[in-house]
Amino acid sequence: MAKRTAIVGVGQTNHTSKRRDVNGQELINEAVKRALADAGLTLRDIDAFVIGNMDHFEGINCVDGWSIDGSGAYMKPIMKVTTGGSTGGTLGSSAYYHVASGLFDVVMAIGWEKNSESDTQAAISTCADPILERDFFGGAIGPNAAEYAMYMKQYGASQEDAAMVAVRDHNNALNNPYAHLRKFITVEEVMNSPMLCYPIKLLDSCPRSDGACAVIYASEDRAPKIAPRPAWIHATAVSHDYVYFGDYDWEAMPTLEATASRVYKRAGITNPLKDIDVMELYLPFSTCGVVWMEHMWVCERGESPKLIRKGVFNMEGELPVNPSGGVLSTNPIGATALIRIGEAALQVMGKADDRQVPNVRTAMATAFGSCYWFEATILRSTMS
Amino acid sequence: MEEKPNQATELLELSSGKAEHVYYWHCGYYTSRFLLGLRDQTTILGVRCSACGRVYVPPREVCGRCFKTMNEWVDLGTEGTIYAFTVVKLPYVDPNTGLPIKVPRTDIYVQFDGADTRLMHWLDEGDETKIKVGARVKAVFKKERRGTIHDIEYFTQV
Repeated sequence: MAKRTAIVGVGQTNHTSKRRDVNGQELINEAVKRALADAGLTLRDIDAFVIGNMDHFEGINCVDGWSIDGSGAYMKPIMKVTTGGSTGGTLGSSAYYHVASGLFDVVMAIGWEKNSESDTQAAISTCADPILERDFFGGAIGPNAAEYAMYMKQYGASQEDAAMVAVRDHNNALNNPYAHLRKFITVEEVMNSPMLCYPIKLLDSCPRSDGACAVIYASEDRAPKIAPRPAWIHATAVSHDYVYFGDYDWEAMPTLEATASRVYKRAGITNPLKDIDVMELYLPFSTCGVVWMEHMWVCERGESPKLIRKGVFNMEGELPVNPSGGVLSTNPIGATALIRIGEAALQVMGKADDRQVPNVRTAMATAFGSCYWFEATILRSTMS
Repeated sequence: MEEKPNQATELLELSSGKAEHVYYWHCGYYTSRFLLGLRDQTTILGVRCSACGRVYVPPREVCGRCFKTMNEWVDLGTEGTIYAFTVVKLPYVDPNTGLPIKVPRTDIYVQFDGADTRLMHWLDEGDETKIKVGARVKAVFKKERRGTIHDIEYFTQV
């Protein structure tokens, strides 16, 4: 019989553009220590670890062994998981599977990246097929830029609609002491920022950050003793459908729709706008914050710009999205999706400080990466 | 955080050096057949799944949906429409050369008539106001062809 599983502790570094004062192991160690302190645990309490990053950024392929001193996994089970940008989501799922299986009681997921150690776009480009697609890939930005060029044509949406998402996420980050970019911005500043890949501009785009995040998962036997208000996992899902970027159907977005449908069904969510109290979404570009809401069944096709303009997804709106400032303010890639899960858990646990949304009972976190691979997690304040 | 002892007087950063590490990617029968189609026939080939009827470009051996081996080759010609595009203005580093890419560079997703997936390539137009989703495009082939995706020099709007 599978064990119910909850998140009982979250730790993250103060994310920034370049951490020359620490190497990778030491960066990981900061997040691990903070997660242990948050849960009131010691290293002895952790039964197993999962760790991940995107190898190409640092050029180090054996992070599971290489980081043992920093992670604390000395002589304990540890495995590496890496699925590109969605690595953090997969780390969370893996830790959940470990605990839910009943084989381990307390498991730590660790995601990290030192993006400053190499050229981010060159490293990301290696996820496109080298023979047929890599030269046309446009770094990480290309496919998402093309997706929004297409969406604007279909629904008459504008670059300003996306700029409003950028403003929301960037300005939410002012409440998050761990965020990398913490600067008040306006729609006008977004519109005037340099074009990176039409129609995505600098302030529509995520930064590249150095940072790490650690999240502690515990079984139903242990979680209530560790945390007064654990964040219980009610559903996770992942889907991935294709080989080449040209295969992806951006009108239907099948991987996002399938992922969202699966977690909603498992968690008994019929109206996400009403049933979910806060979302921490992996939106690497502001444009994704327009298009993807529709494929997560939050609103009808083409309706998203209207809801954004009404402020539905703002902090004081009906469904706050990215109180942390999201990926647009912080992006240490292997940690990014785990930060989404950690931030969603903090919201459920009532520990999100200045970025806390009142009375969160249900929170959703997503991950995006690889080749339109989506993952999602639903967390609740109650076990069942 | 706890205080860290033994602070260094200087923070060092070391470069990996100018290592050149060449990969030799194997194309297999299907990608080879596609690239030979570009080189020898100046046409774009797809492959159809006998179970679901979908036509894939670039061609590949297995239909992931049906898990069926595909054998029916389809000549898609050289014309299609722009499914989506972006004009890249950021001169990021090309991982295959280590050099910054030339910008502006327009990446397009070409929808061929009779195909269910898209082919990625370049368009010879760097001004986004002159590019329309849905516009007709045609492949322009190089004179000297080597059996790579760049045997198509670029696509051009017709």
